[in-house]
Order: sequence, then structure tokens, then C-alpha cells
Amino acid sequence: MAEPYFPSPPLRSDDDFERDLHTEHQVLNMGPSHPATHGTVKFLIELDGESIVNLDVQVGYLHRGFEKECESGTWYQAIPYTDRLNYNSAVLANLAFCMAVEKLLELETPERCQWLRVLASELSRLGDHLTRCGAACLELQAMTPFLYGIEARELTWDHLEMLCGARVTSNYIRIGGVKHDMPSGFPESCRDYIARTRTLLRDFDDVVTSNRIFVDRLRDTGVIDRETCMRYAVTGPILRSTGDPLDLRKSEPYLVYDQIDFDVPVGTVGDNYDRYLVCVEEMHQSLRILEQCLAKLERLGSGPVNVLDPRVRWPAKGRVFNRMEELIQHFKSVTEGPRVPAGEGYAAVESANGELGFYLVSDGSAVPVKVRCRPPSFINLAPMAGMLKGAMLADLIPTFDFINMVGGECDR
Amino acid sequence: MEDHGSAALRRLLAALPEAVHETHARLGDATGVVEPSRVLDVLRLLRDDRELDFAMLTDLCAVDYLPRVPRFEVVYHLYSPARNQRVRIKARVPEADARIPSAVSLYASADWMEREAWDLYGIRFEGHPDLRRILLYDEFEGHPLRKDYPKERRQPLVGPRN
Repeated sequence: MAEPYFPSPPLRSDDDFERDLHTEHQVLNMGPSHPATHGTVKFLIELDGESIVNLDVQVGYLHRGFEKECESGTWYQAIPYTDRLNYNSAVLANLAFCMAVEKLLELETPERCQWLRVLASELSRLGDHLTRCGAACLELQAMTPFLYGIEARELTWDHLEMLCGARVTSNYIRIGGVKHDMPSGFPESCRDYIARTRTLLRDFDDVVTSNRIFVDRLRDTGVIDRETCMRYAVTGPILRSTGDPLDLRKSEPYLVYDQIDFDVPVGTVGDNYDRYLVCVEEMHQSLRILEQCLAKLERLGSGPVNVLDPRVRWPAKGRVFNRMEELIQHFKSVTEGPRVPAGEGYAAVESANGELGFYLVSDGSAVPVKVRCRPPSFINLAPMAGMLKGAMLADLIPTFDFINMVGGECDR
Repeated sequence: MEDHGSAALRRLLAALPEAVHETHARLGDATGVVEPSRVLDVLRLLRDDRELDFAMLTDLCAVDYLPRVPRFEVVYHLYSPARNQRVRIKARVPEADARIPSAVSLYASADWMEREAWDLYGIRFEGHPDLRRILLYDEFEGHPLRKDYPKERRQPLVGPRN
């Protein structure tokens, strides 16, 4: 029998519809300043249709030579530069640097200072997490929760301003202490702020957490497992989203974190949704810590917030104006800066993104030999290419949001 | 040489005594200075030993000690989440032969950090799969964190041709 001229098309099975359709690979440049990537970073993406085949993350657009600058000034002059690392949570970088210098100087800070440092750190962490969660919503086209987040962040920064004198670049933590004690009326205002932030977080939660669109974009995207986190030395909310409770505030408690009651939230599968949930819960825990700090500071009453060590502290103004020795000491402290004993030391804090450490080397002079910042943003960004291989292009946005790369800290 | 009460240094001195030049634990940071050509053996031992379990290479950086000889130091900070312990391993690298084996095969985190150390100090990590500049651009001349690179020196920001 002759073949029919128009053969009937073969019946399509389900497998045919499921089969991948391969296209020619194309390379897409995303960045250096794409609107959906808060932070200046460039992605070179090899695409197969909408799937990511290969991803090269290119950083460095905000490189300002942080370490070079620090190595040419005095130890004190480095502190304002640390403000400009992670500009969402400047206090944490101040703190890590000052703790490393104090380690070299073998200084122990007064109790009141330590509680103030915890207070400022947690305010900073809140500001960072609010920015991360708010901006993530914005980049997933949800404006309302972004505004809730930003309102809470503005309130956070108002309180940081009350405490430090600046909203963003706080320059609050000093070697051997803090700039000054909290102003009068701060605890009352801060308690109002805690109540208001809880309301805003509830509003945020109502709009976002079980929102179908938001959940679909975050669930099972950007998945990373604990093993990969270990190999890449990833810390912070990304590691905790995989179920590992590693938090420096618990594992190696610094300041007075061992006297504070707080929990470390962990996720289960390590996807973007888990990272979101971990961040939100960490904000609630930070608010708990703030309440304990305020109560403790009120209980402690007034006291010194700086060490009385002439190597790092300036003499009181009244004495500088009236006595020769103090005048000379003040002049030398300002023009030469403190001399730090020769040696090397590493100190780290749990920043909003993970372990933020400083490795310092001193030769005994007033200028550091080496100021190495261990930047969590940079290190957490390294496994991103692996997290997105085979994923859809649209998954890149939430994954990048919840890695929370901050250009200032990543590129230094 | 002493282990200064550090389990990591004790194990290191027992297993690879010829690779360790000196140890100290000043300011509470256990530190071992090792032979650069043996650094992978040292890191492998610290990572794979069940009692130590240093699963994380937390930080890797270089330091320029000009005019000291050997001039550079490559510094590895290791952390063991299981034992909650840290150790610092350093290897001294001379200027004339600024090379050290790459740790990427042992720790994935070494990838970007070694690229950074190459970029800023010009230390070659041999065996690194993709040793490109990371913070600076390809056309940049020199390695700016070297102490003999003047801070004031400016270079044109040449990018890829349009």
C-alpha cells in the first residue's frame, strides 16, 4: 500500500511535552548596574532559552582600596572607612575592627560599653535585614511591603542617629569604648520604636509571607546545602537557612552575648524562602535583645563607657586646656595616633551577612602593617554561580537579594 | 616546638614536623608557620583529621612585610564548626619566586580569595583553575597592596572596547 501523501502527525505523548527544547546558547550581560541588582555587580550569563547554563559573577566595581587607605593612616583613621564597608550596618564593621585592635592592645572594655555596643549592633542588624527583605520585595515587584520595611528601617536609623549622631556612617565604636553614652530619653523612645517595628513586621508578614506570588518566586530557588556552605565558608543567614545553627554570638560569644537570652532561627532546605524566614525571625530576636539591653543599661546606671587607658583615650578636655602634660598627650594622640604593640590578631563578629572579621598586623608603630577585612558579602557571593546553574533567569533576582551582597563590603 | 595547648598544632607537629617552621599562640590565636611547598599537606591534614575537622577555610589573605626576607606571607584562617576551634596557618613566600600551591582543590572558598591575593599582591597560586584579577580590571598594571606600590599612583580606567 502506498504511503499517504500527508502522513498524519504521530500522536504526542506526555513525554513529548515534557521534553526540553534546546535553543542556541546566548550570552547576556546583566549589570554593572542593573535595576534589579541592588549593588554594583555584573553577571555574565550563558543562557539556554531562559535557563542559566553558566554564570560568571564579576565584582570589584566599588573597589576603593580600603585596605591600602587603612595601611597609610593611623589606627583611628581606619574606623570611618569601616563605616563604608557595609553601609547598611556600619556599626558591625566598626565593632569588628575595634575588637581586633583591642585584642592587639589587650584591652578589656567596661561593662556599660559592652551593652551599648550590643545595642548598637542589633539596631544595625535590624537595619540590614529590613533593607534586605524590603528590597527583595521591591525587586519582585511588590511595592507595599518595601514601604513597610523602609519605614521600619528609617525608625531604626533615627535611633542609630540618636545614639551615634549619624544615620548611616555611624563611626560610633571607638578603640576601647564607644563615642558616648546614650542620650537622655533614648530608652523610652527606643521602646516605642520596638513596639512600632513589631507592628510593621506583622504588617510585612501579612502581605508577604504567605503571598502566593512571593512564595512561588522564593520556594526551591537558589538552593544551597550545608556541605556546600562549609566548602565555600559561607556563614550567616545563608548557612543557617540550611539548618546549621552556627552563629558567632552563640558559638564564640563576644561582648555580653552570653548573658542575653535569644534564639538562633534555622531553616530546613536552604532555599530563598528559608533565608527570608530566617531573616525575619532574626529581626524579632534582635528586638528581644534590644529590650534586654535597655533594661540592663537602666539597671547599670551611669558609668564609664571607655577604658581609662592613655594609649587610646584622649585626656579630658578640661585638663587639656589647663595642664601641660595632658596638652602634650592630647597633641600626640591626635597627630600620631595610638601605638599598637607588634603582633597579629583576628577578631570577628556575627554581622547581618555572617562572619565579619578583621585580621590585623602591627609592627608596633602608629600605622597598621595589614588591615584585612574578611568580608562576608564577598565570600557568600562566591557560590552563587553554582546555586543558579540550571535555574531560570528570573531566579537570579531573589537569590541575589537574599545573598545580600553589599558592594561596599564585597569590593572594599 | 610547642603546641601551646592547641589540638591542631599538636596534631600538625606529630604528623608533619618537618613542614612546620615555628608556632605561637600569642593573644590566644594558635598559629603555625609552615613550609610553602607543603601547605596543601598541612591543610589536608587539618581538614581530613576526624579529631580536628577544620571544614571551613574562613579567610585567606596575603601580607607584605617589605623589607623583610622572605617578603610575603600567605595567611590561612581555618575554623572547625564541629570542634568550635580556630587555627591560623602562615606560609612565607619570597619576592623572587612568589608562588604557592593553590588550595582550591581542598576548599572551594579559596577560589575567590586566592584570586584577590593574586590581584592585590601578585602571588601566583599554582594549580588555581581560573587565576584572573577579581577586584581590579584586567589592564591594571601592578599589584596595589604591595608596600612599594605608591598610594598616589593613578591609572586610567581602561575598560573593554565598545
